[in-house]
Amino acid sequence: MTGNMIMDYSLLILFLPLAAFVIQIFIGKRLPRQGDWVAIGAVVTTLILSIAMFTSMLIGHDPQFAQEASFTWLNMGAFKIEMGFLVDNITITMLLVVALISSMTHIFSIKYMEGDIRYSRYFAYLGFFTFSMNGIVLANNLVSMYMFWELVGVSSYLLIGHWFEKDSAADAAKKAFLTNRVGDIGFFIGIMLIFSTLGTFTFSEIFDSIAAGKMGGTLLTFAGVGLFLGAMGKSSQFPLHIWLPDAMEGPTPVSALMHAATMVAAGVYLCVRLFPLFTPDALIVIAYVGGFTAFFAATIAITQNDIKKVLAYSTVSQLGYMILAVGSGAYIAGFFHLVTHAMFKACLFYGSGSVIHAMHHALHKKHDHETDPQDMRNMGGFKGKMPITYWAMLISTLAISGVPLFSGFLSKDAILAGTLSFAIHQPIHFLLPVFGFGAAVITAFYMFRLIFMTFHGKPQMAELYDDIHESPREMTFPLILLSTLSVFIFYTLPYFNPFSDHGWYTELIVASDAAVPGNPTSHFIAEGIHHAHYPAMAISLIVAAIGIFLSWSMYFKKKISADDWAKKLKPMYNLSLNKYFFDENYNRFLYQPFLKLSSLVAYIDWDLYDKYFINGFGRVTKVFSFFTGRMDYDGLDQTIIDGIGRSVRHTGGALKFLQTGRLQNYLLFALLGVVVIVLVQSF
Amino acid sequence: MDSLNTYLFIAAILFSLGLFGVITRRNGVAVLMGIELILNSANLNFLAFAKFGGMNMSGHIFALFVIIMAAVEAAVALAIIINIFKNFHTINVDDVQGLRQ
Repeated sequence: MTGNMIMDYSLLILFLPLAAFVIQIFIGKRLPRQGDWVAIGAVVTTLILSIAMFTSMLIGHDPQFAQEASFTWLNMGAFKIEMGFLVDNITITMLLVVALISSMTHIFSIKYMEGDIRYSRYFAYLGFFTFSMNGIVLANNLVSMYMFWELVGVSSYLLIGHWFEKDSAADAAKKAFLTNRVGDIGFFIGIMLIFSTLGTFTFSEIFDSIAAGKMGGTLLTFAGVGLFLGAMGKSSQFPLHIWLPDAMEGPTPVSALMHAATMVAAGVYLCVRLFPLFTPDALIVIAYVGGFTAFFAATIAITQNDIKKVLAYSTVSQLGYMILAVGSGAYIAGFFHLVTHAMFKACLFYGSGSVIHAMHHALHKKHDHETDPQDMRNMGGFKGKMPITYWAMLISTLAISGVPLFSGFLSKDAILAGTLSFAIHQPIHFLLPVFGFGAAVITAFYMFRLIFMTFHGKPQMAELYDDIHESPREMTFPLILLSTLSVFIFYTLPYFNPFSDHGWYTELIVASDAAVPGNPTSHFIAEGIHHAHYPAMAISLIVAAIGIFLSWSMYFKKKISADDWAKKLKPMYNLSLNKYFFDENYNRFLYQPFLKLSSLVAYIDWDLYDKYFINGFGRVTKVFSFFTGRMDYDGLDQTIIDGIGRSVRHTGGALKFLQTGRLQNYLLFALLGVVVIVLVQSF
Repeated sequence: MDSLNTYLFIAAILFSLGLFGVITRRNGVAVLMGIELILNSANLNFLAFAKFGGMNMSGHIFALFVIIMAAVEAAVALAIIINIFKNFHTINVDDVQGLRQ
């Protein structure tokens, strides 16, 4: 595939979903089937184009492949903003992931959203999101990335708030948007720091300038942390993680697309793209934020009973893993986990969507509108009723838990190896691998808890059980496809060793060296990972086994009573169940003081500033106006304006007597005129 | 008394009398008569210049034209005065001032 074709394909991939969005938003409702085929057609086309690009990448087999194209978007002399594409192997892989998950979401949504009052608008927003996400993936400079970044934020807001009649959905949408704003301010500061120092937004130029030593030290650390703040917002890292679980108020396919596979991965993608510019200090910050988030979110997921909340915290935790990988230098492993995680986490969300769909219909049939269809305590024993959903979710769970033969094992292992090697080189940071492995135990535990509570054991609501049915084809197809893609083989081809991630991915997507002088080289990091590979694998296998075993004995065999342990560890259990009271504390220590500050400012503004200054100004103006009015009406108008009129009238009144109407008078005047002329002539 | 000035002097007196009549007479017919006097003073001038100015016959022909024109004018003007009399029942020109404000 030639460079031009790559660019054409990228343009099409970017703009097809936008075109679908425009068609849907304006005439979607009038089209047959409310136009869902427009949106689906557009994304499936992008999927085909992405597959073509991906295939050509595999055939070309060039790890250094990169195509760049840009044009000047704003030219104000010294200040120039360019827009452009950067297509390399990472881009192509990410485009495929976005197109695939997006297509699956569209297909899944046909049945899941059937009969929704805003069916066509929903598909329009999905198209808009796909456009924005592709924009982030293709961007070759910080400004275009920032623009698409915000567009993703908007589409996320629109989709979370799809059922805005529910207060909780509207609130969740606002929360997601505002929390992201906090991170985006950091992102913007980072961009501005870099631009004011280096005068460019383009990634490659930034890296070159940094490698040339034009920017470094504390300033670059701050810029890096600022950019990472943006990633923290989007990828929902501690302490900005609060929005993601609430975002589950949106429709489940949306959760799968945006809040599991693609949008939240944008933060990780940003870190991967910008990895060369992070200083060692910035990387330490990134590593600790990621590691802590991975562990901390996992501990919350243990006690959640809402099936989507478990998956939400699991997503936060897995994103923490990816960030941890970036921080410890193994950013390629982080991106690998992004890809594999997108598949199995989207599959898990579709699975939960399928279960919720079934529950919803069963409850609907019983006219029960009180019971929560998402609460796992109301489920149980669905295995026999929903075999496809069960097997798909089981495979994904095995993958996320890090069981060999599945994709998650490979990527998680790569991350843990990177973290372990980082800690071996710098033993002071021993906490990072502890977070990593700790999160791995807990992940295995809570994911199997989800499987056992939902699909095994006795039905908790026996009266519903008969009405639980497998979901229709449109919903099971994405499940089957994505669970298949969770098998290791798709990531290791053309090799078949399930214990090594060696394959097309490691051959084609290679780490580039850090631009910051003094950072370890990619070769050094790769060596470290290679050495840490087997110990890390051994430990991760053991911890996964421990987690699964604990879960099995607690929720399947019931040999250990979960309730007893909850009682024994009451304070910790409560902390976890209430998500460490983050929302409450934010409310108490951030929102309420902020609201008080706002009302103080409002008081100053309205009651002091407006009342005395603005109104006072108004009063003075009124007095002045009165005087100028008097001058105008009584002075100017009466004397000059009316005076002219009056004088004209008087003159006219005097002169009208000359017009006697007597012909002889006129003749006399004419004669006098002649006499005057003659007299004047003769002198 | 046989010079050009004599004729011009008499013509000027005739013209002034005619003009005086036009301006001062209230009777429409008298105004017309004043106009005739003015025309005849012009005729006298033509003939005088024809005789002393070496203009051959053109002065006579002009005089004839003026006489014809005066006859025509008198006919039209008398018709107008008859109409004025029909409408206003007077031929006093001071009373005919319908165009006045």
